[in-house]
Amino acid sequence: MNLIEVVNCYKTYNNGVTAVADLNLEIEKGEFVFVIGASGSGKSTLIKMLYREERPSKGKVIVGGINVAKLRNSKVYKLRRKLGIVFQDFKLLPKLTVYENVAFALESLGMKETEIRPKVLKALDSVGLKEKIRSFPNQLSGGEQQRVCIARAIVNDPKLLICDEPTGNLDPKISKEIVDILDKINKKSGTTIIMATHDKEIVNKMKKRVILLENGVLAEDNMKGSYKAHESN
Amino acid sequence: MKAIRILGRAIRDSFKSVFRNFSLSTAAIVCSSITLILVSVAMILSYNVENITKNLEHELTIVVYLNKETTEEQMNELKSSLENMENVDSYEYKSKDEWRLEMKNSSETLNSTLEYLEENPLLDSFIVRVKDVEHLKETSQEILKNDFVSSADYGEGMTENLISAFKVIEKVTIIVVIALILVTAFLISNTIKLTIFSRRNEIEIMRLVGASNISIRLPFIFEGLILGFLGGLIPVIFTIYGYVLLYDHFNGYVFSQLIELVEPFNFTIYISMILLGMGCIIGMFGSYRAVRKYLKI
Ligand SMILES: Nc1ncnc2c1ncn2[C@@H]1O[C@H](COP(=O)(O)OP(=O)(O)OP(=O)(O)O)[C@@H](O)[C@H]1O
Ligand SMILES: [Mg+2]
Repeated sequence: MNLIEVVNCYKTYNNGVTAVADLNLEIEKGEFVFVIGASGSGKSTLIKMLYREERPSKGKVIVGGINVAKLRNSKVYKLRRKLGIVFQDFKLLPKLTVYENVAFALESLGMKETEIRPKVLKALDSVGLKEKIRSFPNQLSGGEQQRVCIARAIVNDPKLLICDEPTGNLDPKISKEIVDILDKINKKSGTTIIMATHDKEIVNKMKKRVILLENGVLAEDNMKGSYKAHESN
Repeated sequence: MKAIRILGRAIRDSFKSVFRNFSLSTAAIVCSSITLILVSVAMILSYNVENITKNLEHELTIVVYLNKETTEEQMNELKSSLENMENVDSYEYKSKDEWRLEMKNSSETLNSTLEYLEENPLLDSFIVRVKDVEHLKETSQEILKNDFVSSADYGEGMTENLISAFKVIEKVTIIVVIALILVTAFLISNTIKLTIFSRRNEIEIMRLVGASNISIRLPFIFEGLILGFLGGLIPVIFTIYGYVLLYDHFNGYVFSQLIELVEPFNFTIYISMILLGMGCIIGMFGSYRAVRKYLKI
């Protein structure tokens, strides 16, 4: 079954830049997909449409049965609850501890305190940060901070985990650790993962499905892809 | 249950925020306090003026003296025309003999003078009460149009001037109060705007994880409400204390027995409730405006 369907999708920004053109994609439940392409090729735009930060200008983007193009602003939260999102800049709250940062997500959904605690501990455990729950973000390394973000993104058991260059700020060794955590989540819970990246090594090592964008157009879609598939970067 | 939790967290967050932005919150609270004190003064004033006016209006009458030769027919004509006049509330006939009796009783000298005269020099009259003292003059002029009416006098002077002065004061305060309400709402709105900016990271994350719009907005609305409510507390104390003191000072009357103050209870209690209610509404209005403008969903 397809978790994501993109049909004849175009995205033109107000300034006239067409970031995505005539895109067609199907992503099944449980897949792990890399989205690659040169800077400005439309990776982030595609990702933003998946969580309805941007609306497609034309065509359909269906995520978990919800047509994002038609989703009203006031109903966006219904889509977001099914997703987890991880960014290059971590977006952690500096005044909250690791535990509180993860719990914050569930608190703002109005969940019960007694329900929140086990979920947060489980999420932090699965990213290997159980010992650091009382630390503040500025006491953590970049890799650890990104793991907190992953914990926050998966704490509500989303069907889909969207990552926009999650390793963009990290060195190769730490990057590999992060991707291994994502891979583990994908295998263990069957969470679908979409990750936009520039990281050649990781893409080549992981041997996952790779979607290549060139100027907003789908250039390649390989089930066991590698970064060698294109030389534009 | 979930709604209650969201509400509880919103209230908790809004209290935190009020204390976190202490100086801004204080400015907003002081401003709404000043506004509401003025509102309180305006309400106390206008309610008292209304009360006094009502009392005075009852005292203010037009005394219509008829010419000596007035016939029965003309008298009936006057009666029916009085009945048709819009501003006439009631009238009563007072004959010259009644006047004479009243005068005799009122003073010794008048008594002896009137005794000395063989014929009663006084005139028959009508005493007319009006509905609206502001049109006293017009009404008396209209009555005077009848040529058998010798005069139509009313209490020109102090009371009338006092009432119109009160009414002017009332209008001015209403304008000042409306202006101040707008300023306060703006100040609260500005405070909320700054809180929204200071918490934009939290808001962004709440959006990303799928917090509903209402649970994102609620803390800010509450914050405005709390600011407005706190701004109402000082005026309430001011109103109750101040008015009781004022009332006791004047023993309930100002200038004369005619000008009677409204009793402090439950009058001040009602005003206090109105003040708190207004504080909350102004606060919520201010924060709603900020949320609409700066917290786009
Ligand atoms: N909000 C925006 N308004 C206008 N144009 C935009 C906006 N966001 C992106 N673009 C433009 O759309 C194109 C695609 O941008 P996008 O961010 O999707 O690329 P990307 O593949 O994520 O690049 P990078 O690898 O540098 O992150 C670029 O030309 C960019 O300038
Ligand atoms: Mg990007």
